[in-house]
Amino acid sequence: MRLDPEAIAREFPILSRRIHGKPLVYLDSAASSQKPAAVIDAVSRYYETSHANVHRGVHTLGEEATSAYEAAREAVRGFIGAESAREIVFVRGTTEGLNLVAQAWARPRLGPGDEVLVTELEHHSNLVPWQMVCGQTAATLVVAPIDANGDVIVGEYARRLSPRTRVVALAHVSNALGTVNPVAELAALARRSGALVVVDGAQGVPHMPVDVRALGCDFYAFSGHKMYGPTGIGALYGRREVLEATEPWQGGGSMILNVTFAKTEFARPPERFEAGTPDIAGAVGLHAAIDWLRALDLTAVHAHESELVAYATQRLGEIPGVRLIGTPRERAGVISFVVGDVHAHDVGTILDGEGVAIRAGHHCAQPVMEHFDVPATARASFAVHNTRTDVDRLAAGVRRVLEIFG
Amino acid sequence: MSDLRDLYQEVILDHTKHPRNFGALPHPTHCASGRNPLCGDQLVLMLEVDADRVRDARFAGKGCAISTASASLLTEAVKGKTTAEAHELFTRFHRAVTSVAGDEEAAAGLGKLAALAGVREFPTRVKCASLAWHTLEAALAGATEPVSTE
Repeated sequence: MRLDPEAIAREFPILSRRIHGKPLVYLDSAASSQKPAAVIDAVSRYYETSHANVHRGVHTLGEEATSAYEAAREAVRGFIGAESAREIVFVRGTTEGLNLVAQAWARPRLGPGDEVLVTELEHHSNLVPWQMVCGQTAATLVVAPIDANGDVIVGEYARRLSPRTRVVALAHVSNALGTVNPVAELAALARRSGALVVVDGAQGVPHMPVDVRALGCDFYAFSGHKMYGPTGIGALYGRREVLEATEPWQGGGSMILNVTFAKTEFARPPERFEAGTPDIAGAVGLHAAIDWLRALDLTAVHAHESELVAYATQRLGEIPGVRLIGTPRERAGVISFVVGDVHAHDVGTILDGEGVAIRAGHHCAQPVMEHFDVPATARASFAVHNTRTDVDRLAAGVRRVLEIFG
Repeated sequence: MSDLRDLYQEVILDHTKHPRNFGALPHPTHCASGRNPLCGDQLVLMLEVDADRVRDARFAGKGCAISTASASLLTEAVKGKTTAEAHELFTRFHRAVTSVAGDEEAAAGLGKLAALAGVREFPTRVKCASLAWHTLEAALAGATEPVSTE
């Protein structure tokens, strides 16, 4: 099936905006995607018709809200191929999911001599929580390097695995370069040495079909807002045995079976990890985003975006002075580049003046910037609604940058 | 948005491509560093102050066009001024880049620095223009901690 990006774009109310008098070209979906009407409407409809707190009241609205919330959990299960909905924990987003694993699973288990292996590609959200837990437990953080193209060097990664490696934390797709990590291969190597495998899926789920069992990971975290869903909701998949063995993280309502002053018995997963009233409307919106994305067919989404990335690589590559940062074997959704010696923020401001929204900065991946010896890059990221015309507008904007700084 | 040429005026582009007073000062009496973690801009400002007058000023570091031009223009502007006059210039400059559009009075008396007043139309870029100036304040105050605009 081929996508019709123009028709898809019409489903996004915000894309009809004009920015500085020009039609908006939104190329910053890797930071946060825009929302189709189906998602916005689902959230509104929920608040207009069915809102109440979940897992508490016996009244009709409470039951409707609970069933909508649990239906969203089931939708997430199906979306990423988990075995059971009990393996799906709702969280605020990828960052919270990864922090949960670091603090609830890793912190009680790590000690001096233990190692946590991350890749050089990681977003700060899959690096800082591990640095923190290593600081708390006197474990050691080990980094698997990337090569000049921005691919993890599998041999170097394998060399760093040992019986001391307790956790391997890696991105499914790099947010800074678009590198698709060979997660199944890396996870298999990690499992062989007995390490827990934690995957940051924030940039994976919007762009390709994901099957957590085929990937062979123990945890997989992602955010709703990068895959056309609302902000403030995300999910953490945890393989059943691992999640069952994980201690509670935050305490409060909903995560208990029985409470006395002497002792509290905790609920089973996923409730054990969902203290307090959750983001019910967010879960409903995430459910709508999943349905919407699955109806488009993620294989077609991946094909469309790969074609755009290839076209953008060609169009930007033919502009003298533009340097593409990262040329990974397999790429999804993202292109990073620098324009001559113009700072990325100046590139971003000038493109904004042309109605083109991109990200400029270090993309919360400072070690990656250091690897390529640039302080920052400009990053264009693609979504299902982007077209070749959007890429042409980007290329024209980059030429304007060179004109101003010429 | 006003025209991009209001932001990237000739004087700014000139100072970005050819920063003045760039590099280390051999014997600074005052020195401070500033950084903007969001952009990755970082600079070091070095002053030679004698008898309460700024005899020399230089800067080093890397940043965007706006922060580089602002630092370059600053070093030109503060040379020869008393520390009180430099502080007064900081206040005036700060007002010019943060005042509402059309407040022409704010930019008055700034000379070449007025070229930077265009950033007030670009809220995300105001801190780029301000970085060197906050660093100046820190240097004059003898601060030891790096300045951050975040």
